Amino acid sequence: MTTSTPDIIDLLAGIKPGSSLDRIRTQRPETREQAQKSYLALFEPATLSDVSLVERQAIASFVAGLHRQPDIFEFYVSPLEESEKNRWLVEVLKAEIGAAQAVGPYGRYPAGPLSIEDASGPIYRVSDAGRDALGEKLAAALEHTHLLVFHLRDASPKALQALLDAGWTTDGIVTLSQLVSFVAFQIRVIAGLGLLAASARRAAA
Amino acid sequence: MTDHIITPAIESRPVAFTQAEIGWTPWLEPLAEDDLTEAHLVGLVEASRAKSPYFRLLVRDPAVLEARTKTDKDIFYNTRTGLPRAERELAATAASRSNGCIFCASVHSRFASHHSKRGDDVQKLLDEGVETDLGERWNAIVAASVALTATPPTFGDDHIERLSAAGLDELEIADVIHGAAFFNWANRLMLSLGEPTPAVQ
Repeated sequence: MTTSTPDIIDLLAGIKPGSSLDRIRTQRPETREQAQKSYLALFEPATLSDVSLVERQAIASFVAGLHRQPDIFEFYVSPLEESEKNRWLVEVLKAEIGAAQAVGPYGRYPAGPLSIEDASGPIYRVSDAGRDALGEKLAAALEHTHLLVFHLRDASPKALQALLDAGWTTDGIVTLSQLVSFVAFQIRVIAGLGLLAASARRAAA
Repeated sequence: MTDHIITPAIESRPVAFTQAEIGWTPWLEPLAEDDLTEAHLVGLVEASRAKSPYFRLLVRDPAVLEARTKTDKDIFYNTRTGLPRAERELAATAASRSNGCIFCASVHSRFASHHSKRGDDVQKLLDEGVETDLGERWNAIVAASVALTATPPTFGDDHIERLSAAGLDELEIADVIHGAAFFNWANRLMLSLGEPTPAVQ
């Protein structure tokens, strides 16, 4: 497969060709290739099925914003910023990200011996202005995304019903869930390898 | 048929972390085995996965599932070099324990026990949580995995230094990062698309 898209993890973790971390990633070629293919399958898919590209970019930007990763947020939000038609979304997303901050993981366990570990935290709802601007479908997606990012153990069939009620299909929910979960993975690889790369550069200096 | 949720009636649902072989049941309709096309089978990577309702649900987006599955396999099974399998599974278990995924923790704690032969220590991690004392090398791996699992991640230079002091080289530290990061993908799917069911007696 040929593609003009650079390796996103290398790009955002600051891994330069020939560096020590580049050599480490070269020892895991399948991980490197498949993480990139996961990105392409979500953000440059052959068919968009039930989730539009703008929805994908908006949700990924929201995930990065909730993780307080400005570079990754910039990366996902830039196609929206560069599009005259979608630029309005950026300010709405920034306002919602500001209102949705939390520290995770928290949430409740099924009632039983783990209940003593239950931890409370905010349940995020999109603002009225945000809902008017985004529409029901994208607003419901952001609310579900907040659940998946911060308090996954509160997930329930009811949360999925809210998505269906807002116009999501089963196929669309699978793609949405993969997208949020993949970006949660990607952010952690970038954060981890980025620090490891910096520490290797210091050791070599 | 219109799309709908499934609310399973489960007797004695698992409410504690365990190494037992518990099951998992979906909250959304998986594709029927008979309806799987060639493209779906490619997405499943292994034909045997068509038996699993989890994978038949995820295969509704076959391209993502295929790449996800291949990422997963390489992070955990490619052990010719780098971190031993047992400690990759330890990172997966620690992330799952921290996020609260009873199902994921059951599978990967079993693998961690099997490959390390330290079943009691693994059980201690499940019973007492991520702050328990498992000896410095395992403590360093658990602490790094938990810091990476926090949102926002709190993983820092101190975690890298501690792993390095515990004897891990750069490739092995990268393996810890990938193992914990991957379970921040898997936990979110398992926790939000269905729930655990009791072990078959």
